[in-house]
Amino acid sequence: MAKLTMGQLDGFKRKKSDRPIIRVGMSSCGIAAGAKDVFKKIYSELEANGIDAELMRCGCLGMCYAEPLVEIERHGVSEGVYGNVDAQAAVDIIQHHLVRGNPKAVEISKYRIVTSEKQIRIVLRNCGVIDPENIEDYLANDGYQGLKKTLTRGVPEKVIEELRLSGLRGRGGGGFPTWMKWNFARGVQADQKYIICNGDEGDPGAYMDRSVLEGDPHSVLEGMIIAGFTVGATKGFFYIRAEYPLAIERVQRAIDQAHEYGVLGKNILGTKFSFDLEIRLGAGAFVCGEETALIASIEGKRGCPVPRPPYPSVKGLWGKPTIINNVETLANIPVIIQRGGDWFSKIGTKDSRGTKVFALTGKVKNTGLVEVPMGITLREIVFDIGGGTENGKKIKAIQTGGPSGGVIPEQFFDTPVDYENLQKLGSIMGSGGMIVMDEDDCMIDIAKFYLGFCVEESCGKCAPCRIGGKQLLSILKDISEGKAQEEDVLKMRRISSAMQKASLCGLGQTASNPVLSTLQYFDEEYRAHIHDKHCPAGKCSQLFNYSIIQEKCRRCTLCQRNCPVGAIPGDREQGYWIVAEKCIRCGQCFEVCKFGAIQR
Amino acid sequence: MGKAIINDLPVEFEEGATILDVAKQVQVNIPTLCKHPDVVASGACGVCIVKVKGTRKMIRSCCTPIGEGMDIITHDPELVATRRTVLELILSNHPNDCLKCGRNNNCELQSMVSDFGIRDEGFKKVVRDLPIDRSTGTIVLEPSKCIKCGRCVTVCQETQNVWALSFLERGVETRISAAGDIKLGDSPCVRCGQCAAHCPTGAIFEQDDTQNVWDVLQDPDKHCVVQIAPSVRVAVGEGFGMKPGTNLTRKLYALLRRIGFKAVFDTNFSADVTIMEEASEFVQRFVYKKGPLPLITTCCPSWVDFMEKFHTDMIEHFSSAKSPQEIMGALAKTYYPQTHKIDPAKVVVVSIMPCTAKKYEINRSQDMFSSGYQDTDYVITTRELIRMIKQSGIDFEHLPDEDSDHLMGDYSGAGTIFGATGGVMEAALRTAYNFITKENLKDVEFMDVRGLEGVKETSVTIQGSTVNIAVAHGLSNVEYVLSKVRQAKENNEPLPYHFIEVMACPGGCIGGGGQPYGVSNEVRLARAQGLYDDDESCAVRYSHENPFVKKLYEEFLGAPLGEKAHHLLHTKYKPRPEYKR
Repeated sequence: MAKLTMGQLDGFKRKKSDRPIIRVGMSSCGIAAGAKDVFKKIYSELEANGIDAELMRCGCLGMCYAEPLVEIERHGVSEGVYGNVDAQAAVDIIQHHLVRGNPKAVEISKYRIVTSEKQIRIVLRNCGVIDPENIEDYLANDGYQGLKKTLTRGVPEKVIEELRLSGLRGRGGGGFPTWMKWNFARGVQADQKYIICNGDEGDPGAYMDRSVLEGDPHSVLEGMIIAGFTVGATKGFFYIRAEYPLAIERVQRAIDQAHEYGVLGKNILGTKFSFDLEIRLGAGAFVCGEETALIASIEGKRGCPVPRPPYPSVKGLWGKPTIINNVETLANIPVIIQRGGDWFSKIGTKDSRGTKVFALTGKVKNTGLVEVPMGITLREIVFDIGGGTENGKKIKAIQTGGPSGGVIPEQFFDTPVDYENLQKLGSIMGSGGMIVMDEDDCMIDIAKFYLGFCVEESCGKCAPCRIGGKQLLSILKDISEGKAQEEDVLKMRRISSAMQKASLCGLGQTASNPVLSTLQYFDEEYRAHIHDKHCPAGKCSQLFNYSIIQEKCRRCTLCQRNCPVGAIPGDREQGYWIVAEKCIRCGQCFEVCKFGAIQR
Repeated sequence: MGKAIINDLPVEFEEGATILDVAKQVQVNIPTLCKHPDVVASGACGVCIVKVKGTRKMIRSCCTPIGEGMDIITHDPELVATRRTVLELILSNHPNDCLKCGRNNNCELQSMVSDFGIRDEGFKKVVRDLPIDRSTGTIVLEPSKCIKCGRCVTVCQETQNVWALSFLERGVETRISAAGDIKLGDSPCVRCGQCAAHCPTGAIFEQDDTQNVWDVLQDPDKHCVVQIAPSVRVAVGEGFGMKPGTNLTRKLYALLRRIGFKAVFDTNFSADVTIMEEASEFVQRFVYKKGPLPLITTCCPSWVDFMEKFHTDMIEHFSSAKSPQEIMGALAKTYYPQTHKIDPAKVVVVSIMPCTAKKYEINRSQDMFSSGYQDTDYVITTRELIRMIKQSGIDFEHLPDEDSDHLMGDYSGAGTIFGATGGVMEAALRTAYNFITKENLKDVEFMDVRGLEGVKETSVTIQGSTVNIAVAHGLSNVEYVLSKVRQAKENNEPLPYHFIEVMACPGGCIGGGGQPYGVSNEVRLARAQGLYDDDESCAVRYSHENPFVKKLYEEFLGAPLGEKAHHLLHTKYKPRPEYKR
């Protein structure tokens, strides 16, 4: 392939055709659920029936709860998305939908997925639509048009002006205005500047960046190239954690193809501008998502943050001005440039423009990747998009912002989601993790989980985070084991406050947020653990007992037969009871009882 | 100059100055446990936090440059409470070993905890039981006492360019160790002891040999003699509240005699002997072209070790003259017993050094056994000497002045300045000039090689020939000098230098790894000044004019570089592996 010129960029648009397109979601999630087999099955089924259709792999469609996913499109219109597709379903779908031409057949209706209309896909515009391993597919979908516009205008200030107009703020969690960051770096005189894409996504339960990198790597590449042109950088690094092998593979392929097509490398699209990219792998340290630690990691040093200022935009990688943007931020750039900052600014709220991608997980029916306009309420996300809980249990709270965030109880679910509102509630926007909790979740256990994560991931450099986290965790452990005193809560507040104020980087400054927010909203749960030595959610195994409600018990013996330690003696005559001394609180009896006769 | 406000008082500052430094202008010392004047701020401890009015965050004063118009509060109840909590957290991660710790009463953590009036254990102890690493035989690593300030790692990696120490593991498990989790003795460590000298606690400590010395002093079958290195005399007083640079040479003589040494010698004397040999070597190479130039000094055992590990291509440039410590050891077991009719087997040589690497030097090769015995038996550092003095119960400050034992105790001014960076070069030039011209220099002070500039370059004209010299201290400065030599050799260009002095520690031996704690450039300059004053007050300022040195050559050694001198006073070098595994 000869390198493209500006004019040739537009020559990849798809021609209208009757040929149906069959897409199979083949990101990590889809592949893990068996998408490769489904893909093969569909292929052979099409062959066998002599159907002329385009079968393509695509990125994440977002409905993780229903992987593997298959979508059929014709004339540019979706004729249906099918979920939980296995080999048999694949055969059925091809047979009914394409061979017999009856998409509404009862046989396949159970696979049909109906999605909420509350989503707006900007970042994920190509995820689940294009083949991420084929640059021509990206080009066919307005790919590199933002770059073309940037280079045609040739005025870096114009890019910054569009970004300022758009109101785009960093999607990595901090929410710093992107245009300002770029403007700082642009203003510094230096012989070399760098652009870094921060793909070190590490929040438990979050996979927004992975999905973008796997589903639409070119849009991030394009964002980086535009950033390079704007600030005057000729070199960029993709920092991706090594645990994302598919993302790495697809990004590398994207880089190679971009080179081949002349949108990356020397004299991009025939202009004087040159820019090159390399991948650097992260070894899995969460703190390397912090920009100064990330830089240290690329430089080959121990991944520890260093004091700021100087900020990376002034003095970053190898001492040179460096822009570090998150994957999602960069994926927004090409569209903003192409469609204008003004268009983007009309989406979202006054101070938080555009959309945000969330990874919705936990006790919710429709887990998956959602992209919503800023300002949508938590309730809409959890209930309208997420479908509420699967088993009808009461939703208790939602954790946003990952381990650096906090829990937001159900009574605040009508709050519109934006940077400031979440902060007011004691949480943060963060990078987009959202974990839903129901009445079975113990808030002390939740705090322990998140804090344990931060303790594990602390780089160990500064004392408040290194030791404070460990001390907090030790107190939480005591609480969950019924060994804590009232004064321990005061200690927790004191440690948390010192960590917030005196930790060097964001990890330490926010690590105590899950503790503080659970203390704020679920004080009564703490009191129950400390004073009554009781865990209301029945999670802290040392703080509750299982017992059988005799009136409800039908003496079916299911609990007795399932108890792994023989802690349920009795017979049909006398009834059954649980011996607390023997019971290991595994919850088997509670799970299997069909009559709700086991209580805790 | 910028203007700002600290605690409602106006301050002026230069661009880039930190809040911590500028606060001193208004008599405020912001507490810190990790910042040391010698190292770039890492922001590790979190104690030096301050507030800037109008912002929510607390910032670290050690690493934040003060900005125009900033309005800073260094102390208020919230700041003090936060600092106290951080300090309590650090304490919870530190063993309560104070009473039997080497740093008791001299520990930065202990004194800060005391200042904050922390009286009880606020939090549970979370201290890892980590093995103690004594493998170097010179420096002891006790990682459980480490507060992770990072000073040792920074001096080892940045100042010394040795990269022996590093942090291992993460989070609360973080610990210092030899990089790669091997024994420090198997690492590239050159035993300079800068890590120990900069450690705020007892996590890195010199190997304590004082008990060995007490034992031999008590042994009736032994005849103990002692030598004192140049820079010890101007630093030992700091252990007794005296100012850095206070010269206590003659009190030390009195003290050591009272402690039980049979003869008190001075390393300054053997420094004069080193100069006789090294200057002769230089003349041989420079005037008679016998041997390659530049000639590089080798008095510093850390430098020798560093070169043997990292710069083996320079071996031929190394002066073969032994260090003053080893020359004294060899002579104390040959010349001294011969003149005093003592059985050399009974002689024990103890040296008091500013240096931890000297403990390694005494058996670094077979040449250190040139007398037929181990030439030097025990090395104690200045810090260990201070402890011995305190144990002895002798009122050191009020001791009368005494003389050394003349045989090997009298020195020239050239010998005493060995302790400061540039001193060996200066002393060698004074004598080399004479050896070449048969005349003495009129102006003996080479100001260009003095001071704390990392690399000092200058040239001297001797009989119409220019001698280009370089003086480097702090091992990270060596690269610059050696690469210039290598480049010239490769391109067949004229040599950038003919004579190079290298000392591993910043400031030279006065800033050695075994010197009293609290070193800074201010302290280094004061100690060096003590030596330069000593030089100035000496009647004899040339090594070759030291009457006892002359006597030594006439009666015992013969000529410099002669056969006997070669056997006793010279050594060889060989490449050594960076890692022993």
